[in-house]
Amino acid sequence: MTAALSPEEWTVIWLSLRVGGVAVAAALPIAFALAWLLARGRFPGRVLLDAIVHLPLVLPPVVTGWLLLLAFAPAGPVGSLIERWTGGTVLFRWTGAAIAAAVMALPLMVRAMRLSIEAVDGRLESAARTLGAGRLRVFATITLPLSLPGVLAGAVLGFARALGEFGATISFVSNVPGETQTLPLAIYDALQVPGRESVVLRLALISIALAVAALVVSEVLTRRSGRRLHVL
Amino acid sequence: MSFDLDVALRRGDRSFACRIAPAAGITVLFGPSGAGKTTVLNMVAGLVRPDRGHVRVRDLTLFDAAAGVDLPIAARQAGYVFQEPRLFPHLRVRTNLRYGSRRAAREGALIDFDETVALLELAPLLDRWPRTLSGGEARRVAIGRALLSGARFLLLDEPLSSLDRNRREEVMRTIERLRDEIALPMLMVTHDPGEVERLAATVVAM
Repeated sequence: MTAALSPEEWTVIWLSLRVGGVAVAAALPIAFALAWLLARGRFPGRVLLDAIVHLPLVLPPVVTGWLLLLAFAPAGPVGSLIERWTGGTVLFRWTGAAIAAAVMALPLMVRAMRLSIEAVDGRLESAARTLGAGRLRVFATITLPLSLPGVLAGAVLGFARALGEFGATISFVSNVPGETQTLPLAIYDALQVPGRESVVLRLALISIALAVAALVVSEVLTRRSGRRLHVL
Repeated sequence: MSFDLDVALRRGDRSFACRIAPAAGITVLFGPSGAGKTTVLNMVAGLVRPDRGHVRVRDLTLFDAAAGVDLPIAARQAGYVFQEPRLFPHLRVRTNLRYGSRRAAREGALIDFDETVALLELAPLLDRWPRTLSGGEARRVAIGRALLSGARFLLLDEPLSSLDRNRREEVMRTIERLRDEIALPMLMVTHDPGEVERLAATVVAM
């Protein structure tokens, strides 16, 4: 086994980081809005929304990927819109891989963010309002900063989940080297061919390192938010 | 004229009413816990909406069910010192004190930052985080923050509870100085007869 990574392996790593990064960046505002709605909203259908958000967590990922394929196919409801607006498609593209990763990461992100929003003491928010702050200022100066560590922890967790995405990605955008072949797909690919164990080992070690780093960062952020939320 | 209050509220099968006639000096709500004293403060601050009645402070109507008046919380200019200090844990003492300064600047403040810091002896605390303060220190910061928010009156919810004897004396003296030096109308909740004896000009038993 050689320690150095081949250009193909570097391609896989960079692609994975790009797919994961774009997926989390795109999912972050959506996840925060959903977390906010689920934590603070009182509207009919909240339970249903909660269930739908969590669906990718419990469905077989292949099913999620297949549903994405139906939606984003050129004749599908979303795919036809994308084709009309951009003339392109996300199928077999890294953008499609990012969409699959975002959908799979969303439930984890919403969960973490929702917990951190729920942990913000409502008494602090009403104190801020008696001091003259309107709803928007209370959100910007109290709710958001106090829930921020949890929101970031959720994003990091989502990033780790996005890096590991396999089932939905392979059934939605297939396994195209340099385009949709992220770390898990490359490992799967290498496992299919005898004599490529060293590639598997190197990519697996990188996956483990990235996952451990993400968990540590997420844990540190969560602990910090716990300390910050302490109300005197 | 200070507090002029006549409110009623029904929650489930519990109903509750309170009347306070305008009077000079500190008005104290006195009674056992569970009597709804804090609810009265919340109704004056706008955090709880009465079913009927009116709330007027210094001739300004904050709430009047019959006339359809219900001023937003932020516009009531209440200096509410909660039972727990409720300092913002992510902001230093100085920033906590200045949180309401926008409204104070807009509405005209009775007391400025330096005067408040001197009055409440807050200078050594300004750069500290709320979690490092003692109970009495946190209470004084909470009072300062309420004063600096352009408050037209103070609502004090058990400002002396859970403090040891020295801290109680410290906060009690602060309240007396506020009464004597800036003549701010104060509505205070307590269940301690000693506090009633020393501070109250008007007592509302609940």
